[in-house]
Formats: sequence, C-alpha cells, structure tokens
Amino acid sequence: MRGEKIFALIIITVLIIGGAFWAANPIQNNLKLGLDLKGGVMVRLQAQGAVTDRDIAQIIEIMRTRVDSLGVTEPVIQREGKDRVVLEIPGIEDPDSAINLIGKMALLEFKTMDGEVILTGKDLAEAQEAKDPQTGEVYVGLKFKPEGTKRFAEATARLVSMYPQVGEKRDEKRHIAIYLDEEIIQMPYVSEPIPSGEARISGGYETLEDARKIALLLRSGALPVPVEIIENRSVGPTLGTDSVEKSKLAALWGLAAIMIFMLLFYRVPGIIADLSLVLYSLLLLGILLAIKATLTLPGIAGFLLSVGMCVDANILVYERLKEELRNGKSLRAAIDAGFSRAFTTILDSNVTTLLAAAVLFFLGSGSIKGFAVTLSIGILCSMLTAITFIRYVLKALADSGLVKNTKLYGA
Amino acid sequence: MMDFIGKRKIWYALSLIVILVAIGSLFMQGLNFGIDFRGGTLLQLKFEKAGITGTEIRAALEEFGLEKSSLQQSEDSFIIKTAELSREKQADVLQTLESKIGKFTLLRSESVGPVIGDELRRVGLLALVIAAVLQIIYITIRFEFRFGIAAILALMHDAIITVGFFSLFQYEVDLTFIAAILTVIGYSINDTIVIFDRIRENLKLMRKEELAALVNKSIKQNLVRSINTSLSVAFVLVALLVLGGETTRYFSLAMLVGVIAGVYSSIFIASALWYDFVPAVKGQKKPVKI
Repeated sequence: MRGEKIFALIIITVLIIGGAFWAANPIQNNLKLGLDLKGGVMVRLQAQGAVTDRDIAQIIEIMRTRVDSLGVTEPVIQREGKDRVVLEIPGIEDPDSAINLIGKMALLEFKTMDGEVILTGKDLAEAQEAKDPQTGEVYVGLKFKPEGTKRFAEATARLVSMYPQVGEKRDEKRHIAIYLDEEIIQMPYVSEPIPSGEARISGGYETLEDARKIALLLRSGALPVPVEIIENRSVGPTLGTDSVEKSKLAALWGLAAIMIFMLLFYRVPGIIADLSLVLYSLLLLGILLAIKATLTLPGIAGFLLSVGMCVDANILVYERLKEELRNGKSLRAAIDAGFSRAFTTILDSNVTTLLAAAVLFFLGSGSIKGFAVTLSIGILCSMLTAITFIRYVLKALADSGLVKNTKLYGA
Repeated sequence: MMDFIGKRKIWYALSLIVILVAIGSLFMQGLNFGIDFRGGTLLQLKFEKAGITGTEIRAALEEFGLEKSSLQQSEDSFIIKTAELSREKQADVLQTLESKIGKFTLLRSESVGPVIGDELRRVGLLALVIAAVLQIIYITIRFEFRFGIAAILALMHDAIITVGFFSLFQYEVDLTFIAAILTVIGYSINDTIVIFDRIRENLKLMRKEELAALVNKSIKQNLVRSINTSLSVAFVLVALLVLGGETTRYFSLAMLVGVIAGVYSSIFIASALWYDFVPAVKGQKKPVKI
C-alpha cells in the first residue's frame, strides 16, 4: 500500500514535469494565434440599405474570392448580426491594399451618353489583365457572355447608325462610358459595331499589377449592395511577434512568482500546488489546441487570470487543511474534512466568475470573446484539477507516510 | 482580535471618501475614451531614423489640421490617435509623414467608426448589468437575498473605484477595459462569496455566538486565503504590467486596481454590510438565526 502510493506519486510527478517539457514545443507551434499576435488585418463591413440574407451570402462569397487572391492562409470571413461581415486575414504583407481591395464595390457598367445601361459586370465571362505588345499599354481585356455579346453588338451598331461620322468630326453621342464604382474610367469612341463580345479598358493603369487587381475585382463580380468599412485594424508582424515575446515573458515571471510563493508559504502542499499549476496549464492549453481556439492577447491575459483561480483552489484547500490539523484532527481526517468544506466554496466562487465570463462570451466580440473562452475553460480546468488531482495527491501523500510531520502541511 | 465589524464605520467612511472622489472625477472630467469607444484612427509608426521628436510629427500633421491629435511615444515607436480618417486621407497623412520626416514601418493601424463605439458602450453597460443580475440570482439561490445585495454593493464599490481611478488619472479606456471590469467583478464576487460561505457555515456551527463576533471570526479565518489569493493574482498582473508591453498595460492596471479594491471590500465592507442588513431589535444583540 505504502510502496504503491510512493510509486504512484513518483510516476505522477515525472509525468507532469516530463509532459510539460514534451508538450512545450508542440503547444507553442500549434496554437492558433490571433491577428494581434500574428499580425494581420481585421475588417468589419456594413452592408448599406435593405439587405437580404442572399445579399450577405453573396458578399461573403465575393469577399472569399478577393481575399483568396491575396494568397493568404486561413482567412476567416463571417457574417455578424443582420447586415455585417467580418473578415480576418492573418499574415498579410500589405494590409493597406488589402483593405482597399475589400472595400471596393466593383460595379462595372457600360453606358451610352443618354445614360442607358448596355452592360454590367454580370455580363462578363472573363476579365484578364494584359499588356499591348505594340504600344506597351496596360489594359484589362474583357470578354462578355453570349447574351452580353449580343447586346453589345446591337448597341454599338445602333450608335454607329444613329450618329454617322461626318468627315473628321466625331459625334459626342457615339461614345460609350465605362464606369467602375460609379466613376468614369474610360470613354471610348465607337468607330464601328463590335460583334466579337470583346472589349478593353485601359483607363489609367500604370503597372500590370494595378490592372490585375481590377481584373480580379471584375472577375469576382460586383457586390449586390454597397458596403462601408466601419472598422479596420491591422497589426504588422513585428508588433505581433513583439507582443508574443512580451506576454510569454510576463507569463513565465508571473507563474514563477506564484510557484515560489506557494512553495515558501505552504511547503509540502506548495509542491502539490506547483505541480497542479503545471498540470492545469497543460490541460488548458491542450483543450485550447483541441478545440482550435484562437489565442489573442486578451486570451493570454485570461489564461493568466485563471491561473489565479487555480491557485485559489489550492489555497482554499490548504488553509482548510491547516485549520483542521490545528483543531487536532489526524492528517487523513483533516484532508477529508478540508476537502469537503473547501469544495462548496470553490464551486460557489468559481460559478460566479464563470457567470461574468459567460456574459462576456455572449455579448463580446472578437478578442473579448477570446478572453472569455480562455477564462471559462481556465475556471473549469482549475475546478477539475482541484477536485481530482490535488485531492488524490494529498491523500496518496498521507497514505504513503512520506511526510508525516503535520508542520510541513502548515499546521 | 481584529474587530472588522465593530470598526465598520471607519471602513465605510474610508470607502465612501474614495467612492466620492471617484464619482466626483467621473462627473468633472469623465473618462478618457480610446478610439474603440469614440471612433477614430490610430497609427503606430516606427521610423527608421532614430531621434525623431513628437514636435516634428506634430508639425507634419499640421497640414491636415491634425496637430492636436494625441501623440504618444512607446519605446521606439509613435502612436498617433486622430479623429476617424478616411482611407484616402490616411494614405495622404502617411505619405506626408514619410516625405517630411522619413521612412517608417506601420506597426499598427486601427480605424473605428462611430457606430461601433456607440455599440460598444451600450453592450459594455449591458454586460455589466446582466452579469450583476445573474450573480445576485445565483447568490440568492445558494445563500440568501441579503448576501446577494451585500455582495453586489461590494462589487459596485470595486467597479466604481476602478472606473474612478481611470477617470482620475485620465488613463485611456479601450475595449479590454470592459473585460477588465467584468473580471474584477468576477473576482470581487468570488472573494466575497468565500467569506460569506464561511459565515454561512459558522452560523450552523456556532449557534450561541454573538453575530458580530461570528462575522469577525469568519473574516479572520479567511484572511490568509484572501491575502494569498490576491497576492498570487497580483504577481501575474504586475508581471503583465511591467513586462507585457503597451497593449496589455491598461488592462493589467485596471485589474490590479480592481483586485486591490476587491480584497479590501471583501474583508472590510461586504460582511459588514450584510451584518447591517440582518434585522435587529434596537438595543438587543443580533440574533444568530437568520
């Protein structure tokens, strides 16, 4: 019995310490970091006017195409509330141009001088950037769908016949205005009917890259309703890395201070407390990994705060234990009594904090939600460690007879 | 033996003074809301050239009428906070800074519209109210209503002091402040509950004890725990405050103030309030049975 318990205690200690060393790297490498830690862009879009579910679904679809073109991994695009869409794009080189790309309506219109709309972006079959080999001019080549081709042919033929060219004098009305997002980007003269369903726009692109962006916007289609960027936040990768390093340092020092304090103040139970803290941290980080939670800066703060709850559970138990020992109980009886009394306290005090965390989770958004998630999981883990681990190890320690002097338990 | 209940008027007075200062400051100068609440644009820049001064940056901002914007140096970078800038204007401002002062890296840029700020304020307040109501309900179920009211008063005490502290020193209040206040509330309740739990237990065990002595004893039995737990939390918060960098600084500061207020109120205020709520016939000792 004794030998068994001693063996169990050794195994547990080795497992926890070994586990911490073994898991340190995989946890660090696999935890999903939020934008504030990794660097990236968050954009919140508000759709304007009366918006249907279909509109939002379409906006999300279009945003996905646009964001994918940036070549980033794991962008998150989701609806928020009735008429908002939130985009989170991690690890991006040029946040500014990404935000510009996202905010574009990309509504393409071909209009006559009388304001009649001949074609829109919906008639496009293809849009491709290119460079004219002869003039070196950068342009976006357009190809229309059959329906659009027919309409384009009819409209150009009509313009040619209605406003015949007399000598060198070009009729103003024989132009077609090409609008992008309600801005005229070009106004070519129709020299002859165009039956091919092809057109070029070459309004003011200086580089092929500029043309590529327009082509992409046109290909992904116009948004069904205009959107406004009501919030955008971008964090550069250097600042993110800096934050990670700093909070890691803070976490290590904070944890170390607690562990030393517990060891000095509670002696033998202090060792158990320290082990329970390590176990608790592993458990919490493991769960965060398993549910693929995203760790944000407030999330780290939540983690550190829930460490406080875990320490509290330890302190509550050991203070009770001390009291019971001073009241003259035997070690084993004191452990039992200490536990059952401390448990209701731990439960009540944790549930109240959990309530605050739950409110944050349901009402908060983004990073605040992350904070609430780590805090709640932390509280649950700390209860679990207190109920199972601390109890088992304390009892095993008493049974093993390794430490009999009650003074070492603080009595 | 320390007499928490007997001297409660002193503790009440002390808390009242601090709360009055807090509320006074809130009325006089309000809170320094960050762009999260107010709406606005934040730009954090790190110039390649060393030794750039705030005056140079202000001079460059003058062109846009932004010279009165908040400007703050954080280690080797600058944080500029302005009214909300459009995308085009932001690009202009950045271009001007580059041409007038020199090349820089844009470490962080945030732009928040006024809609978001209003919402945040509303949701923040709502969160506080809902959390408080839920906690009163829980405490009433587990304990009794008077405990619930006393705990909520203690909690408001902590929240007001924390908010007042931020108002007094005009520290910036941002999104994480709401999280800090709600966690302070959680902690405060937690701290108070632990002592109430002891009072409840002692009420069953020491039926002959006079109520004031019983409450005193309960507080004393929990004193070491209250201090040790708060100390442990304080370790983490101080580490975060000193080492955690700009982004978590005010969060940890708010938490620290809240935790200090919380441990004070749970030891000196909460139980005393409960004691005062238990009805007593004048001149008689308070009955233990409630």
